[in-house]
Amino acid sequence: MNPLATVGRFFLAFLQQIGELTIFAGRAVSHCVRPPFYFRHIGRQMLDIGYYSLPVVGLTALFTGMVLALQSYTGFARFSAEGAVATVVVLSVTRELGPVIAGLMVAGRIGASIASELGTMRVTEQIDALYTLSTNPMKYLVAPRIIAGVLTLPLLVIVADIIGVFGGYVVGVYKLEFNAAVYLKQTFDFLEFMDVFSGLVKAAVFGFIITLMGCYHGYRSDGGAQGVGRATTNAVVSASILILVFNYAITELFFATR
Amino acid sequence: MADTPKIEIRGLKKRFGSKVVLDGLDLDVGDGESVVIIGGSGTGKSVLLKCILGLLDPEAGSIKVDGQEVIGLSTREREQVNRKFGMLFQSAALFDSLSVWENVAFGLVSAQGKSKKEAKPIALDKLAQVGLPPQVGELQPSELSGGMRKRVGLARAIATQPEIIFFDEPTTGLDPIMSDVINDLIVDCVHRLGASALSITHDMASARKIAHRIAMLYQGKIIWQGPVGDIDKSGNAHVDQFIHGRADGPIRMQIPV
Repeated sequence: MNPLATVGRFFLAFLQQIGELTIFAGRAVSHCVRPPFYFRHIGRQMLDIGYYSLPVVGLTALFTGMVLALQSYTGFARFSAEGAVATVVVLSVTRELGPVIAGLMVAGRIGASIASELGTMRVTEQIDALYTLSTNPMKYLVAPRIIAGVLTLPLLVIVADIIGVFGGYVVGVYKLEFNAAVYLKQTFDFLEFMDVFSGLVKAAVFGFIITLMGCYHGYRSDGGAQGVGRATTNAVVSASILILVFNYAITELFFATR
Repeated sequence: MADTPKIEIRGLKKRFGSKVVLDGLDLDVGDGESVVIIGGSGTGKSVLLKCILGLLDPEAGSIKVDGQEVIGLSTREREQVNRKFGMLFQSAALFDSLSVWENVAFGLVSAQGKSKKEAKPIALDKLAQVGLPPQVGELQPSELSGGMRKRVGLARAIATQPEIIFFDEPTTGLDPIMSDVINDLIVDCVHRLGASALSITHDMASARKIAHRIAMLYQGKIIWQGPVGDIDKSGNAHVDQFIHGRADGPIRMQIPV
């Protein structure tokens, strides 16, 4: 077998995937902005993505803030900069860790759930049935999930930010024995609007990525139970990778010249 | 029968990769007529239905519904055409997230714009037509047996008073008695609606019961068609082999690789 042909086939298949994903995303976005809107479905999805993700996102944000305070304290103590702990915690959480941790957690929970639900609907012909009932599956199934993802992730990240900063505060004040008032002052003195805003923009983009990848892989699922399993794995893996890629791109956009 | 067929298919071609599934298929379904397509597994019966419904795009040919070409329609135009259709899927394809009556009412709400309050009594009436009591309407699809799922699927297919109903293997997976019950319901519902019906099956008992006309699909073409009473004297070796379920004959089972 010619190795160049293998590489070429792989590359062409990759390009085909990119093209199909782009067309799917374009169709999905066009259905997101055109009526009719299924508000009840959007509400249900927001509840599922936001409210039911709170425990997992809250816990991971709490421990991330705690470990961040602990690690930065032990690191900064080497050059007597312990006073920067509160600032480092709040900037790291709001700019990076809040959105990324929430994004990855939701990718695991919701991305998998969407892909398996839509995948099962595909292999049991429920998506075909929607079509025969004069209901566009993109509008009925995909658009509400994407709208809910884009609207809900920022709300979830606000909660993650608050809990993450609180985790740092708990470790800073009760373990590292910072003065509570000083810790809070250092937390808010150096925090700028753009730090929080950039995190929320990231969250909205991550919400789009997670729901898009879940819908894309689920919608195109085939091959029965194995196909649904494959779609679920692909949705989580691709969403996780894209979250990290776009995290860098958005950081570059917001902070590279600052 | 009216001059213009409800469905007119000419030269329909569909392939998947190098495998030719439909190879210039011609078929008409008249107004109020029930046509059953028979053929072995993998001969393209489901593909044909999916092409008519717009779920698959054929490579060539023409499909007309009430004289209107439906290949290449926009999404919105296709939704309009699909409002004439009802479909009973092989697996019933009930929506897991909705109760039974919501499944039946789905087309009334989404396609006809009725409120759920208006649609519920109609859905319960359709359930009654397929022999299911109102209490079943409150169940979830996962709580139903195979026969009940088919009945609910049938109720959903007829709920919007379609002009054309498609049946995809309506008796597959059912015991002979339940199969006959479903066949009777299909005949009754189609007759009551005055609809045209296009069914695909390899269950000859079902085909004999629900068809006015039977067509046999083999190697991508209709190789024989005629009134249901003529099936036993078709004079076609392929048809004879199929309806008698013989391993020996001109049809060689192809093992997909």
